[in-house]
Order: sequence, then structure tokens, then C-alpha cells
Amino acid sequence: MTDLAALIEAARTGERRPLARLLTAIEGGDPDLRPMLPQLFAAGRGAHLVGITGPPGSGKSTLVNALIGELRRRGHRVGVLAVDPSSPYTRGAILGDRIRMMDHAADRDVFMRSMASRGELGGLAGRTWVAAAALDAAGYDPILVETVGAGQSEVEIARLAETTVVVEVPEMGDEVQAIKAGLLEVADVIAVNKGDRPGAQHAARQLRAMLSTAGGRVARKPLPILITTATNGDGVAALVDAIEAHRSIARSPAQARDRARAQVARALADLALRRASDASDWDEVLGAVAERELDPMTAAERLLGS
Amino acid sequence: MNDTPIRVLIAKPGLDGHDRGAKVLARGLRDEGFEVIYTGLRQTPEMVADAAEQEDVDVVGLSILSGAHMTLLPRIVELVRGRGMDDVLIAAGGIIPDADITRLKETGIAEVFGPGTSISQIARYFREHARSRA
Repeated sequence: MTDLAALIEAARTGERRPLARLLTAIEGGDPDLRPMLPQLFAAGRGAHLVGITGPPGSGKSTLVNALIGELRRRGHRVGVLAVDPSSPYTRGAILGDRIRMMDHAADRDVFMRSMASRGELGGLAGRTWVAAAALDAAGYDPILVETVGAGQSEVEIARLAETTVVVEVPEMGDEVQAIKAGLLEVADVIAVNKGDRPGAQHAARQLRAMLSTAGGRVARKPLPILITTATNGDGVAALVDAIEAHRSIARSPAQARDRARAQVARALADLALRRASDASDWDEVLGAVAERELDPMTAAERLLGS
Repeated sequence: MNDTPIRVLIAKPGLDGHDRGAKVLARGLRDEGFEVIYTGLRQTPEMVADAAEQEDVDVVGLSILSGAHMTLLPRIVELVRGRGMDDVLIAAGGIIPDADITRLKETGIAEVFGPGTSISQIARYFREHARSRA
């Protein structure tokens, strides 16, 4: 592997090839990168980290494509990380988000990278945010992180963002869907996409009715719920306005602290797993749990503590 | 973590009307354990090279049926190499006459896979010839 410090330096100047190489090292969990992380994070310029999530087929990639267009009109250099799932069976993956984002393929001020979830326990969220830090250091702002909102780890990636946009479609379901725990809970902004379809207004109205009355953990301002049509750009400028307006809210001390807690919790979990799986009695302890001689909680304590 | 999956960009340069073959290949390579970035139809050589650069792929697979391969493929090789990606394997597939295959190989296309090639053949070739990720 080439000198990572040199890669970080070169990426900071905005060169694309070193940035791409650096992202590969981050994705692969290159152990040599670990001592460089403080340097990488220190090189960050404070880019706005925006998570985009939602069910498969809700139009996330197409909406990201439209967002890039609007952000470019406003003079931003845009970084994009698009995460798609890896097969748990073959570890292969189809990373298809670029197809919808080819409008900006030749734009030197847009850097787009596809990432496969690679299916490891944890880790993905951590790696994704290190990758975002690399884009930040390279001067991209905002950084859009698109994930399939299908599983816990993907939702977690979005949750670690400063501003999380949840993309829904008019056919999302009834009011009960809107008040279920899960994806919508992590939203800072909701986009009802495919707004040209019948029922978009109705869906947005239902979401507003159900979510505005929610008391929640903290009294918060009503969520912006916007109707967008990614394919023709309707509502996209308003969505960018809402994302940008949320930036200062996200940086309030209370929210910054919540996010720090989530980030440190994530890092702790990753670290604990890595340390424990390096422990000499790892195989033995797993065997004992498999044989039902040991409960998982005691196993974890033994791996970590003793 | 040394067995990092090989990353492959499957691209269709030029004006082909359909991409069934490219999609079948993308899916097949996924099942063979590759990470496949697929960019869709009607790509210019610049778009292919930019995608290869940003995605830091190990292999670029170009599918072309239109007959424009002698124009487009050498141009893509030139652009990819021009971006400093000297160790990226570039291969092609599609409808390409034998006489042109020799000439394409001279321009830096590593291999050309014609109709009837099995996915496992292609997968094996990529595994054997892609740069190591170590």
C-alpha cells in the first residue's frame, strides 16, 4: 500500500485519484490507516453531512442526482457516498446508484463513490463516516450519504448524519405506517418523492398530521415534509432549502452531543468486537455458547473483561 | 481482510440500444463474489474513465455491440491510463470481429470476450489478471 499520509495530503489538494485510493483503504479497513485517522479528521473542513435513506425504489438515487444539480447551481462542490448491500452468501454486490446520477458524471466538482456494505458485523457505519471525513478533507461540502433504509445498520448510518432526509413515496401506506417506530423517527426532513403520482398530497398531509402531534423525547419544531419529483426537479430547490436550514439546528450543542454519543457508541462497539475477536479464547467461548454451556452476556463479559 | 472483493466497473460506451448482456454479466459477477459498479447505457469515454477513477476499480469491463469499438475502446484505454490507472485491467465483450481483436489488444485491451463466453470464464480471467489489492 502506498503511503497513506501522502494520500491524505494529496486528497486535500482536491486531486481525485489519491482520494479514490484513500477511500479504497478506508473501505477495506486497512489497519495502517488507524494511526492516520486523527490527521484525517483534523483535516476536515466542517462539511455538512447529509444522510439520505428510504425504502428501496423510493427514488433516493434519482433524488440525489437532482439534489446534486441544485447544489451545483448554488456553487457547492458535492461529495456522494452511495451504499448498496452486499450479498451475505457470495459477498458480491451490484452497485447501481451511479446509473441515476450520470448527469454529473463528468463534473469535476462532484465526487461520487459507491460502497458495498460488505456485510460485516458493525463496521459499516464507522467506515462510511471515515469515508465522509476523507471527502470533507478533500473540500467537498455538503456530503450526501445514500443508504438503503432496509436494515438497522443502514438506518444507523443515516442517524449518524447531521441532517437525515427520509425519502418516502405516495404509496407508503396509511397513517399507522407513519407512526410506527423506525425509519421516520430518524428523519430531520421528509421528502415524499414521486410527487407527480396520485396521492402525493394526501400522503404528505397524513404524515404532517401524524408527525406534528408526536410529543417525542424533545419538543421539536414540526418536521419539514416536502413533496418532490426527482425526475423533473419539482420541489428539489425547496428540499435543498430545508436541508440547509437544518444545518444550524444540527450544530446546536445538544444535537452535536447526541451525535457524538452515537458516534462514540458505534466506535466502542466496533472496538470491543475487534478486541474480543482477537482474544485467544474467542473460539473456545463461541463454542461454549454454541453448546449452550454459556450465555451470550457472560461470554461477552469474559471476552472483554478477563 | 485481505480477501477484499474485486471491484469491477461494467460500462456500455456508445449508442447501443440495450444492455441485457451487460446486466446478465453484472448479476453473474455479483454471484461470483465481485463488487460490480454498473453505470448504464450511452456512456462517453470520459464518463467511463471518470467513473473508473472515482470508484478505484480493479477491472473495467466494456460491453459494446454497435460496431464503434475501434473508435471508443482505444480512447477509453487512453483516458484511463491518462488518469494514472496503469494497473487497471481493461477488457471488452460484445460483437467484435476477430480481425479487430488483435488490433484492440495492441491498444491495451487485455482480452475480448465474444458471444458464448460463460460468466465463470470471465470471472476466472478477472481473478487471475486483476491487480492484487494488498
